[in-house]
Amino acid sequence: MSMIHDTWTMAKRSLRHTTRSMDTIITVVVTPIAMMLLFVFVFGDSFQKSLGDIKYIDFITPAIIIMTVVSGIAYAAVRVSMDAQNGIINRFKTMPVAPSSILGGHAMSSTLSNLFSSLLVLLIALLIGFRSDAGIAEWLLFTALLVLFTLATTWLAIFFGLFAKTMEGAGAFSYILLLLIFISSGFTPVDNMHPALRWFAENQPMTPIIETMRSLMTNGVAGDSAMIAIAWCVGLLVMSYTLALRAYKNKTA
Amino acid sequence: MNENQAAITVSHLKKSYKKVDVLQDVSFTVKKGSVFALLGANGAGKTTTINILTTLQSADSGTSTVDGYDTVKQAKDVRNHISLTGQFAAVDDILTARENLELIGDLRHVDNPKQTAETLLKKFDLDDAADRRILTFSGGMRRRLDIAMSLIGDPSIIFFDEPTTGLDPQSRNGMWDTIKSLADSGTTIFLTTQYLEEADILADKIAILNKGKIVAEGTAAELKKLLTHGQVELKFQSENHLNAAIKLLKDLKTTPDTTSLSLAVSTNGSVAQLTQLLTILERAGVEVAEFAQKPPTLDDVFFKVISDNKETK
Repeated sequence: MSMIHDTWTMAKRSLRHTTRSMDTIITVVVTPIAMMLLFVFVFGDSFQKSLGDIKYIDFITPAIIIMTVVSGIAYAAVRVSMDAQNGIINRFKTMPVAPSSILGGHAMSSTLSNLFSSLLVLLIALLIGFRSDAGIAEWLLFTALLVLFTLATTWLAIFFGLFAKTMEGAGAFSYILLLLIFISSGFTPVDNMHPALRWFAENQPMTPIIETMRSLMTNGVAGDSAMIAIAWCVGLLVMSYTLALRAYKNKTA
Repeated sequence: MNENQAAITVSHLKKSYKKVDVLQDVSFTVKKGSVFALLGANGAGKTTTINILTTLQSADSGTSTVDGYDTVKQAKDVRNHISLTGQFAAVDDILTARENLELIGDLRHVDNPKQTAETLLKKFDLDDAADRRILTFSGGMRRRLDIAMSLIGDPSIIFFDEPTTGLDPQSRNGMWDTIKSLADSGTTIFLTTQYLEEADILADKIAILNKGKIVAEGTAAELKKLLTHGQVELKFQSENHLNAAIKLLKDLKTTPDTTSLSLAVSTNGSVAQLTQLLTILERAGVEVAEFAQKPPTLDDVFFKVISDNKETK
């Protein structure tokens, strides 16, 4: 019981940090929205030819939402890093509170604020023509996968927040994740890619995750990639969680 | 000392980082309800000792207990009984003072975090600024809030790591008053400091840490007794007299000060030697204008034990 109470206490603190810097939420959603507008209105027509009957906005919306999450978790890394540099981490560590609660608070607030940002981006997507026939069940599965992905990458962010020597360095890892989104089937089918790049795109986590989300929205089923997508997310979550807790134990300000 | 009376026991602690021996066989005990000061220069190993006692780090070898609990095997029990006030105020800049206090109250599971926060805001004279973000606080206010946060949950032992480093004199005096009143209420205080004056004023017992070793330990009075060479200060009418005195007393260690025409003389503190000294001067016709005995300060002790320690190496 006390673990849930402590995690929620820490999450409330972290949510206060988020709501007191609304500019971070705007920064988080601006890039994905700009990307979406750029891809749909500038490159959209040329990409459309290789897609068949699926509309380009429907094709890229999952990638844009994943991109929103990836920009959002960089702030979780910065916030954790701020705690670690500032000395408050020593206070937390010398109190009878489980490490998983201290860090779990960051994970919880990051997940909640990223769901909010994703919703904002989705609303813009709807405004410029995104449509889906998905029912409640598909939307729930879509959200569940998004939450799983956010948790896994947030714990990775927490690890980097503790690992980085400076606050500026803490968020840098998210660029690698951004790059992975571009070299996936997020914006263009992998058939369009050079064979070596195509092999990479097919075997990295972003492609199955984005394809599962897209399949839920357009076909109403999770599709063949679902199990691979879940395996990637769970694997990343377990690895990041373990690394983050170990980094926390070794960290003193 | 009876184990039940010991708030902290430290036995044969060793710790090294990358081949540098930060702590080399450190042992001491801290009595319940007392104020203990660990005195040393930068890099002496003070923060490492505090980190080990507050469960932030573990030693390479040796054991330590806090309130009877092992700091490694029973870290969670230790954390239930202690609070750490670090070198830098560990407060949340984005929250308000009240929110900071409520946060710690919530995490320490006190019965009524809001009431606890309210009481502490009044006690530490922060009620006017209670709902302002810490970012706007002065250094002294941050420090007061930091201590207020450390008091939540009534810890029986509070650790202060260099509590007055970087504070202006007024805030420093305030900090001393706070530590004294905590000690009066029965809380055990463990503090580290670079300032001898601070240790002298606050501590019941002082240990001097130099390069990872305890080089002296005792009450301020006991440590001052380590100086058997009582210093006396002689003042003269003229520089001639001063120079004559230096020659006459060449067998003793003397330090002249030509601007004030005075001479500091190290004696063994005995009346016989003092009498002899004054007789020698009188017979030679050297007039002593003023005579004063200089009581040893902790500074003298500090430099003496550190230089003795170097010689024995």
